[in-house]
Amino acid sequence: MRHKPADTARQFAALSRRSTLALFRQPAIIAPSLIFPLFFAALGSSAFSRAISLPGFPQVDSYLQFTLAGTVTQGVLFGSVTGAAALATDIQDGFFDRLLAAPTSRTSILFGRLAGSSVFGGLQALIFLLALLPFGVTVQAGVLGYASIVLAGFLTAFGVGALMSVVALKTGSAEAVQGTFPILFILLFLSSAFFPRETMSGAYRRIADFNPISYMVEGQRSLSIDGISLTAMTQTLLIPSGIAVLTTLLALRQLSVRLAAR
Amino acid sequence: MTTTRSVGILATRSVRTIRRLPSAFFPALAMPIFNMVVFAGTFFAITQIPNFPTDRSINWYMPLGIMMGAAFGGVGLGFTTIRDIETGFYDRLRMSPTSRLSLILGPLTGTLIRVLLMTTLVIVIGIALGARFTGGLLGVLCLYISALGIATMGAGWGLGLAFKFKDMRGAAIMQLSIFLVMFLSSAQVPLEVMSGWLHTVARINPATNILRLARVGLVNESSTDYLSWNAIWGGLVAVVVMSVLCLGFALRNLQKLSD
Repeated sequence: MRHKPADTARQFAALSRRSTLALFRQPAIIAPSLIFPLFFAALGSSAFSRAISLPGFPQVDSYLQFTLAGTVTQGVLFGSVTGAAALATDIQDGFFDRLLAAPTSRTSILFGRLAGSSVFGGLQALIFLLALLPFGVTVQAGVLGYASIVLAGFLTAFGVGALMSVVALKTGSAEAVQGTFPILFILLFLSSAFFPRETMSGAYRRIADFNPISYMVEGQRSLSIDGISLTAMTQTLLIPSGIAVLTTLLALRQLSVRLAAR
Repeated sequence: MTTTRSVGILATRSVRTIRRLPSAFFPALAMPIFNMVVFAGTFFAITQIPNFPTDRSINWYMPLGIMMGAAFGGVGLGFTTIRDIETGFYDRLRMSPTSRLSLILGPLTGTLIRVLLMTTLVIVIGIALGARFTGGLLGVLCLYISALGIATMGAGWGLGLAFKFKDMRGAAIMQLSIFLVMFLSSAQVPLEVMSGWLHTVARINPATNILRLARVGLVNESSTDYLSWNAIWGGLVAVVVMSVLCLGFALRNLQKLSD
């Protein structure tokens, strides 16, 4: 069935609104991805306060300043699972099939879900920035830096949400989506989210060198510590954009496979 | 049926699930290994901080991986008990002619056997990754005692909450409380290195003493904690007191369950 662009846009807006509101109506589900990164930031600021003088650390006033980018990325990565789990729940409880039975654009079903995750990702980034502000954490790049980090949160949530949607569309199981959570945890830890790559060694360092999350975090960190630069902006915005394009293609392909199997 | 025999049967039931349901046991093995590797890798340079008690990050984080695995292994007993309560199996156990004590000691023994297996595996992998026991066999023994102690505490706490809540609400509290107790201690860095609010909290957290006991045989010989009686007795007291309190909590709630 061919849909008029205006209809598709209207359906996308309605489904986006639904998925965004659904997230905010379940504070118990979204609270951990807001509380835990802040808890780890507070923990790190006390535990690693003396680590900032180690060789390889950038010039920072506090570990909290260093870990701002890691906190944002950690929260956004963990929060992204929620939207995909909701898509899997839609499949499990039959709502997805009812949407397919209705004259709804197929892609708006997927993008509507991803929109909810992305809005939440951007909001998470903003919350972390504001929550750490009273503790002396600043973004040297100014308003453009704040906006870039929030946009990076939006794009990262979109990209990771799309990747998780592949699992949701393939398995139709919210449990399977939640089960992929440790992979994100591993990816985050195998990056420079919590300590600089310059302080790592051996195979661990090589993995962190290959991990795109390292570069994404370092871009945000550079905006926060050093100020605005083309490299920092590129790393902050282009890496999550690239991930988002790639994972969206994968999600659309998986959507086609699911629709073809019906 | 005697308490000893009941304990044996219930412990066997708990251990048998390792063979019957390896997929359930696998995360309990994978998590401590993962924690050890990622902490030692990420915070590799932490040992360069002046007065850090070891020069190998794996020596510092291997005990943390084991302690976290043991603590979560302990509270895992609470999860299985909740499932047994929800399916009605626990009612059948309570109606059987056996002492209430064996309903706690049996599964606890099974849990301790699992923790022993996990600890051994993590130590072997840790040594392969470069961990060295500077304190020899006494150091290994202290690490095992700490792991079994913290697993006993976790099991008592998990069982107590399972008997109190009787549903998965208890599971969330179990995980969160163990997570907080473990991280609000000297888990990541020694007391001398941390500052601010965490230092205040970690100083009074019994998990700090237990971690200190676990590490006495892994720190440098120049460290004040190296096989020190101070570190050992502090850890042993924390293990005994906390285990008694947590098992008492479990027994009290089991009795209330029967009322």
